[in-house]
This record gives sequence, structure tokens and C-alpha cells, in this order.
Amino acid sequence: MNFFTRFGNRILAPLVSTAGFGMRIAGETIYRIPQLPKRWVTFREQFYLSCVRTLHVVVFVAFFIGMIVALQVGLELARYGQQEAIGYGVSLMMVREMGPFVTAILMAASVGSAMAAELGTMKVQEEITALEVMSVDVISLLVLPRVLALTLAMPILTILANYVGTIGGGVIAVTQLNLDFGAYTTNALTSLRDIGDWIPLPISLFGGLLKSLIFGFVIGVIGCASGLSASRGAAGVGRTTRAAVRDSIILVIVLNFFLGKFLFQ
Amino acid sequence: MIHLEKVCKTFGDLKVLDELDLHVPRGSAFVIMGPSGAGKSVILKHIIGLLRPDSGVIRVDNMSVPDLKGEPLRDLRRDMGYLFQHSALINWLNVFDNIALPLRETMDLPEDEILDRVHHVLGLVSLSQADHKFPSEISGGMQKRVGLARALVTRPRIILYDEPEAGLDPGMSVDIARMIREIGQELGMTSVTVTHSVDCARTVGDHLALFIGGRIALQGTPTEVLDSGHALVHDFLQGSSKS
Ligand SMILES: Nc1ncnc2c1ncn2[C@@H]1O[C@H](COP(=O)(O)OP(=O)(O)OP(=O)(O)O)[C@@H](O)[C@H]1O
Ligand SMILES: [Mg+2]
Repeated sequence: MNFFTRFGNRILAPLVSTAGFGMRIAGETIYRIPQLPKRWVTFREQFYLSCVRTLHVVVFVAFFIGMIVALQVGLELARYGQQEAIGYGVSLMMVREMGPFVTAILMAASVGSAMAAELGTMKVQEEITALEVMSVDVISLLVLPRVLALTLAMPILTILANYVGTIGGGVIAVTQLNLDFGAYTTNALTSLRDIGDWIPLPISLFGGLLKSLIFGFVIGVIGCASGLSASRGAAGVGRTTRAAVRDSIILVIVLNFFLGKFLFQ
Repeated sequence: MIHLEKVCKTFGDLKVLDELDLHVPRGSAFVIMGPSGAGKSVILKHIIGLLRPDSGVIRVDNMSVPDLKGEPLRDLRRDMGYLFQHSALINWLNVFDNIALPLRETMDLPEDEILDRVHHVLGLVSLSQADHKFPSEISGGMQKRVGLARALVTRPRIILYDEPEAGLDPGMSVDIARMIREIGQELGMTSVTVTHSVDCARTVGDHLALFIGGRIALQGTPTEVLDSGHALVHDFLQGSSKS
């Protein structure tokens, strides 16, 4: 009994209340989307931070991911003399899974953590309280532009990651597997032609982009919600930032599984 | 106007408010003095609904503050100003935008009226030259004055000042105390001022309460209380001048 009470109090209760708070922030943000024009300036700044300032990291990492996938899959395929199929493998893998996923992890670690730290600092310095006292809508002023900027930046960066990753795979195909780059790209593009049952669009590509959109929203909401629940000084901001990155990565991984199952199975 | 009855509040094991009774009539300038860490800021936070009491009654304008939430609470707060002990300016907005923020966010004013109002309050706190600076670029005392300007700019009916004189040089602190009194009288505001400065208390207040041990130990006009020769006053003044 004692163990269960303690487990409940220490682990479950905070988990439930954190999840509840996150969902409330998510709901309130969606509800305020019509106010976006009023927040245009902040939105533009945040979009710049989310998109342009993380671009180079995404490009760099995606290129390597593409090479890693091509190398591992390609070497296995080569054992059966099937290395021509590498183009299919790499592009599908990038577009469905690796592109959205890697971009999400990078965004959680950079943009999401920055949001948590920024709002967390505002919280512990009583700035958020001051806004509340002035009856200023904190969600509309701070959360909405950040979450939307991140949500919209995600698919853009993901497209870039897909593209660069596939090229990275191509580099391996040409240098390690002695394939022709033209044939590789033809295969890579062919594999993406499948049209989905429920949307008349190339399902792998748009399923991946839909995932990235959802990941962006989740990372933004968790970053902001963690920041807004910070307490107890600078150490609290540190704790909050760590929790934001950890929680958003966990949630992205779990969601990735279920969305992948739903979209591509 | 502001009415607290048997308000109790504990943080963990620490009993901060112990059946506190406090009554601030409309239009009065009420001053609270008390030792550091006694819970003066906590009182102000209860009045504006940032903290909820464990028990007791808190009424502002005959509305029970702890029961308000959402739009009614925002309505009440729009009528109130709050000067934070640590200013709590928004660090990514410059001085002008900090002061304009409550006007832009909660009122439908044309931009030139906002400009007028902000420059007026900036003049009151002698900061007309600093409007384009960011909070990190100005001193603590200047931040305090910006906080004061921000609290005044919406022309609230009730205003809560948490140590308005803290961090200011003696001359400035006298000026600010005078300004608080004059603005209060001119606009017929009700104010609650927490202060550590006897001079500030005498200048600002028409009523002074000494808050010790979670409740009001002594109250009356500032002169009555401060010159009463009561042992508590003596101890408090000795103690506070030492710290
Ligand atoms: N949110 C809170 N959580 C826990 N304890 C708190 C909280 N707010 C205040 N306290 C505690 O309540 C006590 C009173 O704090 P308060 O800030 O009201 O003191 P004060 O009278 O304003 O002191 P000072 O003159 O130094 O500003 C302190 O011991 C403080 O640690
Ligand atoms: Mg205080």
C-alpha cells in the first residue's frame, strides 16, 4: 500500500498533471489561431529562429543520415546482388521516417529547449505573473507565435532533410556501391509515386510531412508548457529545459510509431 | 473596498498569514510595514488573486477574489495596478513597449493616445529619455520606476505598490513617494503600499498597519503608529534599521 501511494504521489500524479497542463496549452493555442495576424511580428521572428537558424544543422545531419542508411541497407542488398534497389530503400526510409524524425529530434534539442528556457526564465522572474496581473493573454502573446512558427517550420525543414538525405544516400550509392547516380535518383523518385488510399497525393512524402507537422506542434507545446510551469529560480529553469527536451523526444518517438502504423501500413 | 477577514496561508510548515484582518476603505492610501520575510508581498498577491488563501475571506469591490477566475478575474485586474518588488519587466521589450503593453493588449486605444499616455507616465517617473532602452540596459532603480509607470499607465482604481522606494536614492525615493500620494489624491485611487521606509510611509500613507507574525499588530495614522512609543514599533524600527 505504502509503495503504491508513494508511486502514485511521486510519479503518477505529476505525470498526469503535466500531461493535463500540456493538453490545456495545446487546446488553448489551437483556439487562438485566428489571432495570428495580431502576433505577426513575433511569429516572423520565431519562424526565422525555428527555420532559418536551424537549417544548416538539419542539412548536415540529414546528409549523414542518408549516407548511413544507404551504407547499411546497401551493403546488405549487395550481398544478394540487389544493390540497384538502394534508391527505393533510401528515399522511402528518408521520406517516411528519418527525415521527419531526425528533424524533430534536432528541433526538440534546439528550438524546443530554447522555448522552455526562455519562458521558464520569464516565469521565475515573475514576468509571466506580471502579464497575468495585467490581464494580458499569455498564450496568445507568447505561446501561439512560438508553437505555430515551429509547427510550420517542421515540414519545410523536413522536405530539405528528405532531399539532402537522399542525395547523401546517392553519394554512397555512387562511391561505395558503384551505381549510376541517374539510375539511383530515378529509383528514388519512382518509389515515392504511390498514391494513398485516403489522400490523392504521394502517400510516403505527404504522410511524412503530416507527421512532421504534428511533431512540430508537440515539441512547441511541450517547450512552452514546460517553460510556463518552471519554478524556483535558475535551477528550476535548468530542470524545466531538461524535462522539455526529454518529454518531447519520448513523445515524438511514441507518436512516430503510431502515426507510422496508421499512415503507411 | 479591500477587505480581508481571518485569512490564513501556510507554505509547507511556514505559517505566513495567521487569521489576518485588513480593511482598506475606498480612496485611502494604506501602508503596510513589517519585517523582511513576514509575508507582506504575500498579502498583496492575495489581494490581486495570484495566491489563494487556505481559509478566510478576501473581497475587493465586494467580489470574493479567490472565487474569481477567467474573464471576471481579468475584469477586476484591469481595474488594478501592481508594482512588483522586483519590477518584473518583460526583458525582450524596451521601456516604451513595456509600458505600452497593458494598453495594447487590454484596451482598444489609438496609437497616438498610447504614445501620449506612455510619455506622460514616463515623465512622472523622470524617465522620458530612456524609452528606447531595454530592461537589461537600465539600473535596478530605473527598472523600478518603469514598473511604476507600467502600473500607472492604465489608470487603475486600485493600485498595489510593493516597495516602491526600494533601490532608489534618497532624493528619488522622496520624489516617488510624493508622486504616489499626489497621483492617488488626484485620481481618487485606493492604494496599498508595502514599504521599509519610515519616510515613505509618512509621505504616502493616511493609514499605517504594522504587520508582524502573520497579522496586523498595530494600526492607525502613520504618526499615531510611528510616534506611539509602543514596544513593537520600537523593536521593529530598531530591527529594520539594523538589517
Ligand atoms: N510561492 C511561495 N511558495 C513558498 N513560499 C513562499 C512563497 N511566497 C512566499 N513564500 C514565503 O513566505 C514568506 C513571506 O514572503 P514575502 O515575500 O511575502 O515576504 P515580505 O514580507 O514581502 O519580505 P520582504 O520585505 O523581504 O520583501 C517567506 O518566508 C517566503 O519564503
Ligand atoms: Mg516582499
